[in-house]
Amino acid sequence: MWRDNLRGIFYIALKDIKTYYFKPPAISWGIVFPITWILAFYLRNPGDFKELVPGLIAMTILFSTTAAEAVVLNFELRLGTLERLLLAPISIDAVLLGKVLGGVIFGFLMTITITIFSVLILGLHPNLFYLSLIIFPSLFVFSSLGAFLCMMVKEVFEAQTLLNLPRFLMIFLSGVVYPVSKLPVVLQYFSYVLPLTYTVDGLKRAFSTSLNKMVLLDSLILIIFFILFILPATKLLYKKFE
Amino acid sequence: MIQVSGLTKFYNEILAVDHISFEVNKGEVFGFLGPNGAGKTTNIRILTGFSKPTEGKIFMFGLDVETQIVQIKKHIGVVPEISNLYDELSAMDNLIFMGQLYGIPRSERKKRAEELLKTFKLYERKNSLFRTFSRGMKRALTIAAALIHNPEILFLDEPTVGLDVVAARSLRNLISNLRQQGVTIFLTTHYLEEADLLCDRVAVLVKGKILTIDTPLNLKAKTDKKSLEEAFMKITGLEPEILAIEKGK
Repeated sequence: MWRDNLRGIFYIALKDIKTYYFKPPAISWGIVFPITWILAFYLRNPGDFKELVPGLIAMTILFSTTAAEAVVLNFELRLGTLERLLLAPISIDAVLLGKVLGGVIFGFLMTITITIFSVLILGLHPNLFYLSLIIFPSLFVFSSLGAFLCMMVKEVFEAQTLLNLPRFLMIFLSGVVYPVSKLPVVLQYFSYVLPLTYTVDGLKRAFSTSLNKMVLLDSLILIIFFILFILPATKLLYKKFE
Repeated sequence: MIQVSGLTKFYNEILAVDHISFEVNKGEVFGFLGPNGAGKTTNIRILTGFSKPTEGKIFMFGLDVETQIVQIKKHIGVVPEISNLYDELSAMDNLIFMGQLYGIPRSERKKRAEELLKTFKLYERKNSLFRTFSRGMKRALTIAAALIHNPEILFLDEPTVGLDVVAARSLRNLISNLRQQGVTIFLTTHYLEEADLLCDRVAVLVKGKILTIDTPLNLKAKTDKKSLEEAFMKITGLEPEILAIEKGK
């Protein structure tokens, strides 16, 4: 049965990338939007652009994984195509994981493009092992966050609106452009419950020259966030078919 | 092939399926007849594992639907009331994708998809997007998708609803052909003429309850009616209502 599920996850992800992700809206939302934001902040406060690279990569992960993820599930529920997937010999969990994996693969392609360009243009030397320890769990965290929020609402537009709240909160409170340590104490505490804080922190450490084991802790916390989002999302999807 | 016993389904306090029991034999076309809201679709959803019964047991191929549905799905095909394939994919890509989900080997997938497209007279449009198809073509492709893995049982929920006369007739021929190939067919319909033409046995369902199960011929004989429609009216007790409406005219 696990073989059926693995096959289902793979082909659903592949189909989603083909039908939803490699389309102008997803690409612009996933890659153009983060670049525009970061450039806007840079022009407002010119300084060393290198310091903004972890924030740029973190935003690319956040926006590219959720570009279509937040709407795909409700869209397919409405059209009945999600039900069609469930006619195949795979579990509901596998269908959801396939949807999440679609967002992860698209997010990975966007993130890797931004990272390679940043590294080459700015001459950075990140620790690749640390970088992957942060990027991979983050891709799963934000893709599953999109799925979770999508499952909480009925309409496609509601999902997109609902997801914008954590998205924009995280941009301002997770250290993307403004360090968490410089935030008021109350907001600092609040930032610790936002997953993007650990993505940005981990990426900053991966780009620093010294070895820093705290990356492992960031990675572990991100894995916990993934579990915290994917489990209720699965439960909610089961409920939709009750 | 299918054994159902004491199946009951409540939606909150509404009783949608009321302690029904029946069996479907290998190779037969079994029809569920009933007016709108009788519980036909609910039954199909429970039988195919989409909805859990409140009470009762269902076995298919000797496997328990509640606990072994994934194994069962490998041997059943389902055509829901709404044609629900992917608008953004072509006819061929839709079938290939379904073949992938069912684990059909790569070497056979394309061949099987082409065979089905030819059978359903859609081969010329194999590269057209699903959304460009007419309602009848969409229905045909949805059935083709349900057959991609050569299922032993095919569930058809209101297969001819919304189709024009020609498309409906061609679909009925197709169902007859599938039956000749040994596929067991479970269909729901409220078109009684269709049931009369296609079904070996029918169950008459009203308000979630099975009133009777028999062959169309026996039902007509028992009620002393010439058509299955008239027999259905008598069995369901709808005859006086119809007569009253006709008198009112």
